Amino acid sequence: MRKMGMTVTVAGPPTLIPPACQEMGVKVSHRLEEAIAHADVIMMLRLQHERMTGGFIPSLREYSRVWGLGLDRLKHCRPDVLIMHPGPVNRGVEISPEVADSPYSVILDQVTNGVAVRMAVLYLLAGGKAA
Amino acid sequence: MSLLIKGGRVVDPANGLDAVSDVLVAGGSIVKVGRGLRAPDVTEVVDATGKVVCPGLIDIHVHFREPGYEYKETIATGTRAAAAGGFTAVACMANTLPVNDNRSVTDYVLAKARVEGVVRVYPIGAVTRGLKGQELAEMAELAEAGCVAFSDDGNCVMNAEIYRRAMEYALPFGTPIISHAEDEHLAHSGAMHEGLVSTELGLLGQPWAAEDVMVARDILLAELTGAHVHIAHISTAGSVRLVREGKARGVRVTAEVTPHHLLLTDEAVRDYDPNTKVAPPLRTKRDVEAVLEGLLDGTIDCIATDHAPHALSEKEGAFGECANGVVGLETAVPLLLDRLVRAGRMDLPTLVQRLSPGPARLLNLPGGSLAQGAPADITVLDLERAWTVEPGKFRSRARNTPFAGFTGLGAPVMTIVGGTVVTA
Repeated sequence: MRKMGMTVTVAGPPTLIPPACQEMGVKVSHRLEEAIAHADVIMMLRLQHERMTGGFIPSLREYSRVWGLGLDRLKHCRPDVLIMHPGPVNRGVEISPEVADSPYSVILDQVTNGVAVRMAVLYLLAGGKAA
Repeated sequence: MSLLIKGGRVVDPANGLDAVSDVLVAGGSIVKVGRGLRAPDVTEVVDATGKVVCPGLIDIHVHFREPGYEYKETIATGTRAAAAGGFTAVACMANTLPVNDNRSVTDYVLAKARVEGVVRVYPIGAVTRGLKGQELAEMAELAEAGCVAFSDDGNCVMNAEIYRRAMEYALPFGTPIISHAEDEHLAHSGAMHEGLVSTELGLLGQPWAAEDVMVARDILLAELTGAHVHIAHISTAGSVRLVREGKARGVRVTAEVTPHHLLLTDEAVRDYDPNTKVAPPLRTKRDVEAVLEGLLDGTIDCIATDHAPHALSEKEGAFGECANGVVGLETAVPLLLDRLVRAGRMDLPTLVQRLSPGPARLLNLPGGSLAQGAPADITVLDLERAWTVEPGKFRSRARNTPFAGFTGLGAPVMTIVGGTVVTA
């Protein structure tokens, strides 16, 4: 993302932030409202099961309340914001169904393109020729 | 049986000697060191002109895997690797199968070493039964049988109360407790050092604090009990600082560092080579600089290889799942001669001190000196000998080295144990 010229902020509870990621040139935020306020694109990530049970967060309920992207939080965003998520989505955990299915969301396009990109990568790695 | 080593540069830090000299050996002991020695009835003469003659090198941290894991290494193959690497004595960790937590295992190791070994073998006894960290091993009997130290190396004794009792109980034996300082909760299942590289590689890391908190605890317990605690394979800048402070306050704490923690950083993990997976993990450049500084100023007392042989099958597969550890006996001295001495970062007498009298004093072992009457354990080095690390040629049964293909100048060329040449 940095290579493509993006300005990147990662946000989440400190226990889930990758170690030393500031050294990769990204900003770290521990407040969701602050992180999304001026963003052109918000990419949510699935909370993996081992993260839920590994002592990184006290409870799903609290995580969802503090870090979940619901309609109320969208009020802080730019009117032309794009919402992304690589899937699969834990609906109601990191993102509410209302936001995931909102007009701002390009999640289904992203997932469709993701399949095509994976197919292309596997094809090239398996020895296929670029057209 | 007598032996005269003529014309070498004799480097004997214990006696403050660094000069061209001859060494005369008879009956397994040093008879005399001096210029122009003549002995008409000498059995064998070695011309050491242009070479370095030093007291036999000692590695106080090896895993010879016998009994129980003979497919990784045996006392026969391990001692041959040691001899080839210039070491005349080694101390073996207790994490065999069964664990060396009772005297019958110690007796077995010593009997094997007597019959099949080519260098001196000193067993290290377990601190707790089965290395489980719950109840003390029979340390008095182990000491009586010949254990020179106690350690649960491979595991950290997490229960501070048990560890305190072990330190107290060992006081009468005069043997150190060797700490594998790694908080198992903080280390979690981190496969490498936690930092930028682990994030970029997507591997679970373990923080420097997993080591430092245990080094701090063990220094405090040494202070409480008056015991001698030796920190195995120190790897972080913070641990070096803690040991330095502990020593300055008069606590009986010593430390060792491995060649791989002196020479490699976590950058070496970038190609996911399982031979770069060790415990503690390879750290950052800042840590590497700190351990070298500690080794130079004497905060770190000696170099030990933590020779940890594994079968190929245990080092294949995903980085996160494969075994921890690298072999070191056959690469340590060449690497240190080239990367530290030839590179001008350490002088030769200091290196010899950290590899011979340093470790000998630490475990109260004979050797480490060419004084009259000392055991005739001698290593001859050729500082101009060119080498390439070729794991296929190791005497060790294992091949797991991160240094394959490395080249340099300077290597051991002859190892003498008790007046007998065990390799040449």
